[in-house]
Amino acid sequence: MELLINQVLAGIATGAIYACMALAIVMIYQAIENLNFAQGEMAMFSTFVAWQLMQWGLSYWEAFLITVVLSFVGGIVIERLLFKPLAKAPILTNVAGFIALFAIVNSCAGLIWDFTIKEFPTPFGSAPFLGSQLISTHQAGMIGVTLLLLLLLFFFFRFTRIGLAMRAAAALPESARLVGINTSWMIALGWGMAAAIGSIAGMLIAPVVFLEPNMMGGVLIYGFAAAVLGGLTSPFGAVIGGFLVGIFENLAGTYIPGVGNELKLPIALALIIFVLVVRPAGLFGRAIVKRV
Amino acid sequence: MTAMLNVKDLRAYYGQVQALHGLAFGLKEGSLTTLLGANGAGKTTTLRAICSMVRATGSIEFDGASLLGRSTENIVRLGIAHVPQGRGTFTAMTVEENLQLGAITRKDKAGIASDIERMYNHFPVLKQRHTQQAGTLSGGEQQMLAVARALMLRPRLMLLDEPSFGLAPLIVRELFRILGKINREDKVSILVVEQNAELALELADQAYVIETGRIVMSGNASEIANNEDIRKSYLGY
Repeated sequence: MELLINQVLAGIATGAIYACMALAIVMIYQAIENLNFAQGEMAMFSTFVAWQLMQWGLSYWEAFLITVVLSFVGGIVIERLLFKPLAKAPILTNVAGFIALFAIVNSCAGLIWDFTIKEFPTPFGSAPFLGSQLISTHQAGMIGVTLLLLLLLFFFFRFTRIGLAMRAAAALPESARLVGINTSWMIALGWGMAAAIGSIAGMLIAPVVFLEPNMMGGVLIYGFAAAVLGGLTSPFGAVIGGFLVGIFENLAGTYIPGVGNELKLPIALALIIFVLVVRPAGLFGRAIVKRV
Repeated sequence: MTAMLNVKDLRAYYGQVQALHGLAFGLKEGSLTTLLGANGAGKTTTLRAICSMVRATGSIEFDGASLLGRSTENIVRLGIAHVPQGRGTFTAMTVEENLQLGAITRKDKAGIASDIERMYNHFPVLKQRHTQQAGTLSGGEQQMLAVARALMLRPRLMLLDEPSFGLAPLIVRELFRILGKINREDKVSILVVEQNAELALELADQAYVIETGRIVMSGNASEIANNEDIRKSYLGY
């Protein structure tokens, strides 16, 4: 029994990483109905920017804040330059764009900061949290930040006019334009917000996995699994999905014979496929019915 | 008197297919004008061309400002509200959020709040259901919501695309009565596209008949309604 509780706790701790990433994935999906494969690399790049700022002598929180703002602007710039021209292109063209962006961002980070592993500080410390060896204060802080982000997003979309406009633009672009919403800018704003959330995810993940250009590879796939499980249309679902994937991964590693660290990643992928087959809208997502 | 909306030599295209062939008509400020015609005559295309939702050439002037080449959202911001075919309801949002969206370009919070109350007076059923998801409303209620959403813009001109479509006759009568009231009391000019010619002519003061992308007839609504030849050959009743 104690083993089970411990594994669930450890699962929640790693799940916080996936939850944070899944939140960024859901943000971009809401805006463009596409999964941005470069999301993880953008987050990694942002984290390097924060690291660089700290190397130049800024404090953690100064670097954190500047990085979030820069990422927000960067996300908008990427959308305006790369993806706005592709807005009417077929999905595959966009996918090619994402993959290109993935490669470009990854190599640029390698070029600027090289591929050696760097340590990234945590503002929460890494002592055991409440005496538990399984959750550190950093992981607890990460869970807290993720939940706070979720709450902020909820209030933004529920109670602000710009949030309402973004929801309208995502739901029915043509109707949104007919009430005077500039849907193109709403998409850019979605990119900005996704990049900003991704940068927060990156900065929280980096102390756990260490900072290097390929740090997000595995995390992004788990983030996708979390977002798909929770429902791509639901930020709340994405966070719950993140924790569930974390717990699932740990329990599978413990209780299913033969599943060690090597097989954890295939398990995430199997989970994606299973959810897509059984419940395509995810646990909390809205099923979208289209008339044909 | 010069027209508020002036359309000249309007040609519209879906890909290679030309849907309008040099359409011309005008709409006076304060009038309630109807565009009539059979299926596929180009009525919807005309409204979509005014809002820049289809590729078009020619000239469309609203208060002297040219609309061609502007984006849809800019045209809406000039004070033209469009109730599209199929109503364009934001079904996953509440009735009240739909009304808020209609006023999304406005900044006056107090004015928006009082306009929402005004809409609830025009359409009491919307008040009863204001926290309900719009997708759960009946067809007639959704049409009322679509009109109310358009009015939240405080438009000078409202374009309505077949508001009677799919509604029970009694509900259509009620809707048209409210449209007439809005036109008279709120001074909103209205351009309504209809297949239900009989009812539209009762409501409108000015009428145009479209056939295969051209205006073939125009005049006072009552004159057209009383002219048996036109009725039989173009309007089918």
